[in-house]
Amino acid sequence: MTIALSKFDEVRLDRVSRDFGALNALREVNLTIKRREFIALLGPSGCGKSTTLNCIAGLLPVTGGAIWLDKHRVDTLKPEERGFGMVFQNYALFPHLNVRQNIGFGLKMRGTPRAEIDRKVNEAIGLVRLQGQENKLPGQLSGGQQQRVAIARAIVIEPPLVLMDEPLSNLDAKLRLEMRAEIRRIHNELGATTIYVTHDQDEALSLADRIVVLKDGIVRQVGTPKELYEAPAHLDVADFMGFRNRLKGKVVSHENGHAVIDVEGARFKGVARDALAPGAAAVVAVRPDDMVASDEGPHALKAVVDTIEYRGREFVGTAHSAQGSDLVFRSDHTVEPGSTVHLTADERVLIFPGQN
Amino acid sequence: MTASVTTTPARDAYGPNLRQRLAARGLDAVTLLAVPAALFSLALFVYPFAFGLVLSFEPKAGGWLSNYQRFFADPFLYETIGKTLWLSLPVTLLNLFLAVPIAFRVRLMRNQRLLTAILVLPITLGTVLVAEGLLNYLGPQGWFNRTLMTFGLISQPLKLVHNYWGVFASLLITGFPFTFLLTLSYVTGIDPALEQAAATLGANAWQRFRHVYLPLLMPGFAITFCLSFVQAFSVFPSAVLLGAPAGPTRVISIAAYQAAFEEYDYSMASAVAMIMGVVQLAIVVAVLASRGLFYRGPASGAKG
Ligand SMILES: Nc1ncnc2c1ncn2[C@@H]1O[C@H](COP(=O)(O)OP(=O)(O)OP(=O)(O)O)[C@@H](O)[C@H]1O
Ligand SMILES: [Mg+2]
Repeated sequence: MTIALSKFDEVRLDRVSRDFGALNALREVNLTIKRREFIALLGPSGCGKSTTLNCIAGLLPVTGGAIWLDKHRVDTLKPEERGFGMVFQNYALFPHLNVRQNIGFGLKMRGTPRAEIDRKVNEAIGLVRLQGQENKLPGQLSGGQQQRVAIARAIVIEPPLVLMDEPLSNLDAKLRLEMRAEIRRIHNELGATTIYVTHDQDEALSLADRIVVLKDGIVRQVGTPKELYEAPAHLDVADFMGFRNRLKGKVVSHENGHAVIDVEGARFKGVARDALAPGAAAVVAVRPDDMVASDEGPHALKAVVDTIEYRGREFVGTAHSAQGSDLVFRSDHTVEPGSTVHLTADERVLIFPGQN
Repeated sequence: MTASVTTTPARDAYGPNLRQRLAARGLDAVTLLAVPAALFSLALFVYPFAFGLVLSFEPKAGGWLSNYQRFFADPFLYETIGKTLWLSLPVTLLNLFLAVPIAFRVRLMRNQRLLTAILVLPITLGTVLVAEGLLNYLGPQGWFNRTLMTFGLISQPLKLVHNYWGVFASLLITGFPFTFLLTLSYVTGIDPALEQAAATLGANAWQRFRHVYLPLLMPGFAITFCLSFVQAFSVFPSAVLLGAPAGPTRVISIAAYQAAFEEYDYSMASAVAMIMGVVQLAIVVAVLASRGLFYRGPASGAKG
C-alpha cells in the first residue's frame, strides 16, 4: 500500500522512542505536524534529529510508539511504501545518473508514463533553477547545485511530507543564505509540508513556522520562532536561542512575573521563567546584544575585559567577572583588554531557577 | 661585462618550474617508486613471455608455424580449448551468481571477519588438498553418496568424481572464496545512503538492486569475473585428480604439460601456452571492454 494521497491533515508522532542498545536516542517524542507547516527540528549534535527523521522516513524502525498520517499508521510500512520525500544530510545522489535521471528516478520507479516524467522533471528543474545542467553527472556539479538536485528529486514525486536533514550544513555562508530563501520559496510554491533538521538557530528562526527543540532525545520546547526567541521555557533552550551570558546568583525579589537577582553584588531585573522564592539560587540569561558596557553604576557587574572585536556598528568583547563567570558584551566604544568594564542589562533578561 | 642591467627576471622564470611540469605529465617521485616493480615484472614476466613466444616459432620439425598448425589440425589438441572454456566459464559465472546475493546479505552482518577467515581457508589450503578431500567426500564410498543412500534418495552411488562434475565442484569450491571476497569488497564500497534514498523514492528491493547497485557494481563484477575466470582457466591439479584427464576434462594446461614433460617438446608446449594466453586475453578484453558501457567513478552520493 502506497500513500498516494498528497492531501492529509496532520502527521502525528505518538510517544515515539528509539533505542540503540542501552542508549535512548529518542524518548517518547510527541509531535503533531499540520499540513503545509514548515517545522524545524533544532538541537545540538547527537540529540536525535537525524534519528527522528529516519524514523519518520522508515529508514530506522521505531522501538516504541507509533507514527500516524491522519488515520493511517505508517511506522509499520517500509520506506518505499510511505513515499515521503527525503533530502539526505549528504545528498545521496545517484552518481551514475545525470541530473535529469536523478530527478526522474522516483517517478520512473512508480511507473509514470515517459511524457509525464519529462514534463514533471522539467517543472522541477525550473523550480530549483537548474536549467542547462540537465545532462551533468552529480560529480560534475557544485555543492549548491547538488543540493538543489537532491531537493528536486525529493519533491518531484509530490510527497505528502518532505524531510530535510541539514541540507545546507556544508555550504558557504552566502550560498547558505540563498538556498535558505530558495527552500522556503519552494515549500510555499508547492504547498508542501516540511520537516527540516538543523543545528543552526538562525536557520530555524528564519525558515520555520514552528520550531521543535530537542535535547538528549527529549522534546524540550515546541513553539513559533518568536515564542522560542523571546520566551524560552528552559535554560538549555535559551542557550540555543543565543542567551550566551548565564550568571549564577540569588533571588532578591519576585513579583508579577518579574524577579530581581543578585550576581556578585550586581543586580539584574528580568522576566521570571518559573516560581522563584527570594533567597533561592537562580540563573540570569542575557544575550550579548543586551549586555552593555556602561558608566559606573550602583547595580552594574564589574568585569575584566579579555578580548575586544570590531563589528562595524559596535564592538563586541569578552570579559570575566571576579568570580570567574565568562561574559560576552557589546560596547559603542572600544575598551582596552585588561581594563574593567561595568556591565548592565535592562531588557530581555530572563531568570531561571538554578541549582545551589 | 654586459651593459644592460635587467631588474625583471626573464619570462621563463615565471610559470611552473621543471618539477611541476614533469608532475603534470605524471612524472614525479612516486613514479620512481614504481621502477623496481617495473624491472621486476620485466624480469619475471615479459622476458619469459618473449622467450616462450620465440620458442613456439622454432619447432622441432617443419616450418615456423608448424606447432600451431599441428595444434589446430589435431582434435585431441584443439578440443582442449573448448573443454577448458566449458569448465571455466560456467564455474566463474555460477560463482559470481552465488557470491552476489551472499555478499548482499553478509554486508549487513556483524561477524564479517569470522566469515572472511572461514572463507579464506580454502585458498590457503590449496587446490590439491581440496581435490583430495573431495575425492573422498564425493567418491562412491564417500559421505555424500552414503548419506543420500541412507535416506533412500538414490539406490546407486552417483558418479561425481573422475568426470566433469568432480572438476566443476572443485573449481567452484576453490574459486568461490576469491570471487566472494572481491564481490564483497565492491558491494560494501557502495554508500548505503544511496539505497536508502532509492527506497524513499519508492524503489522496492529489486528496483534498488536493478537501478542503483547493479549499474554501480558492473565494473567491479567485470573485474571479478576476469580474475576468477583466469584462475579457473588455468585449472590443472583438480582436472587431473578429480576429472577424466584423457576425456571430458582434458583441459588445455594438460595438453601443455604433456607436450613439455611427456614429449619433451618445449617448443610445442610454448605454442600451447601462447594459445592459452590468447584465449584468456580475448575473453578478458571482451569483458573489460564492456565496462565502458557502464558508469565508472566514485560510488558514493556525497557532496563534493
Ligand atoms: N546506528 C546507531 N547505533 C548506535 N547509536 C546511534 C546510531 N545512530 C545514532 N546513534 C546515536 O543516537 C544519538 C542521536 O543520533 P543522531 O544521528 O540522531 O544525532 P543528530 O541530532 O542528527 O546529530 P548531528 O547534528 O550531529 O547530525 C547519538 O548519540 C548517536 O550516537
Ligand atoms: Mg544528523
